[in-house]
Amino acid sequence: MANVIGAITSSHVPAIGGAIAKHLQQEPYWKPFFDGYPPVHAWLGRAKPDVAVVFYNDHGLNFFLDKLPTFAVGAAAEYRNADEGWGIPTVKPFRGDPALSWHLIESLVADEFDITMCQEMLVDHALTLPMALFWPGGADWPVRIVPIAMNHVQHPLPSPRRAYRLGQAVGRALDAWDEDVRVLVVGTGGLSHQLDGKRAGFINKPFDLMCMDALVNDPERLTRYSTLDIVREAGAQGTELMAWIAARGALTGQVTKVHSNYHIPVSNTATGLMVLANERVPQAQAA
Amino acid sequence: MDGGQRDYGIPGTTVFDGYLARKGYALNRMCYSFNSADNRAEFKRDEEAYCRKYGLNDEQRAAIASRNVLQLITAGGNIYYLAKFAGILGLDVQDVGAQQTGMTKEAFKAMLIAAGQ
Repeated sequence: MANVIGAITSSHVPAIGGAIAKHLQQEPYWKPFFDGYPPVHAWLGRAKPDVAVVFYNDHGLNFFLDKLPTFAVGAAAEYRNADEGWGIPTVKPFRGDPALSWHLIESLVADEFDITMCQEMLVDHALTLPMALFWPGGADWPVRIVPIAMNHVQHPLPSPRRAYRLGQAVGRALDAWDEDVRVLVVGTGGLSHQLDGKRAGFINKPFDLMCMDALVNDPERLTRYSTLDIVREAGAQGTELMAWIAARGALTGQVTKVHSNYHIPVSNTATGLMVLANERVPQAQAA
Repeated sequence: MDGGQRDYGIPGTTVFDGYLARKGYALNRMCYSFNSADNRAEFKRDEEAYCRKYGLNDEQRAAIASRNVLQLITAGGNIYYLAKFAGILGLDVQDVGAQQTGMTKEAFKAMLIAAGQ
């Protein structure tokens, strides 16, 4: 039976890719951000996941407005990164886990999530940069992945409640997966930031910190916000919080916070990082 | 549905909805093409011809020529695709933020740092 070991949620600001390529991790601007990650490395070293299910948003690498799925599940044997137009280096390909992908797809559709299925899927910085932060050094990736892309480009976006329910449906599917694998759930993006409009540069530290707190013990609280509430409180691109909410939803056991970091700014973004451990709650004896 | 841009009541913020997605389709499609280095080079060789090839309207061509991000957004540009255009120009997101807010880049960066205090 699959063991969902926990979730890591992390920002994915493109500039991180440049900083990694130029080895700027210890520069004063970058140090408070990169210093958040050694505890992640230590935890991963103990937790040893086999596969990562990654909630993220595509920024116009794989999907365009011609056909834009609200939720898309990767079902490929391999996922490649590619040129996104502004020059951060690409990373090595990721191995997929088609059997788990199809299990998730079947389970999600049975659970009334009418997702898009993708046997070919490029993965952008929103997936590659968190992976490079979790497993630095450029060696082969130690996990297989199942990417789950969420629309954050074109409104209407899925609501926080829908994102949470999607995560819960993924969690139920993972709990029912009968392979003996250790699964890490990942949610990428955020936290508060806004790139466009006269409010560009908007950051909301109190809201971010409230969200990080609620994600541990009271994630349902975040589902009471509407999508437009999130735009207002976290900025136009702060809606990426939805990937964090989905990742938290996939943890069906007892959740404890292992580690967190929060730093302003990287680029135009308030960056956040959380490691949440998930302990399976023993099933109550059937009556 | 054809009633123009809706006001979502969030100051200084564009909600990229169906109206804008339709209005900006050609502009965003052109910017999406900038994922390819060959296309970026072709744009740089002859901007006007490249804009015509993608069917940009007058408002969108003027916005591209002006490099004005607020105009590009009004013309239906989505920031994720516009970022690829900004990349061609060598602009980072602080340049883009400073331009839209009418601040110097230094003042814009100082504002971001202040948000963390």
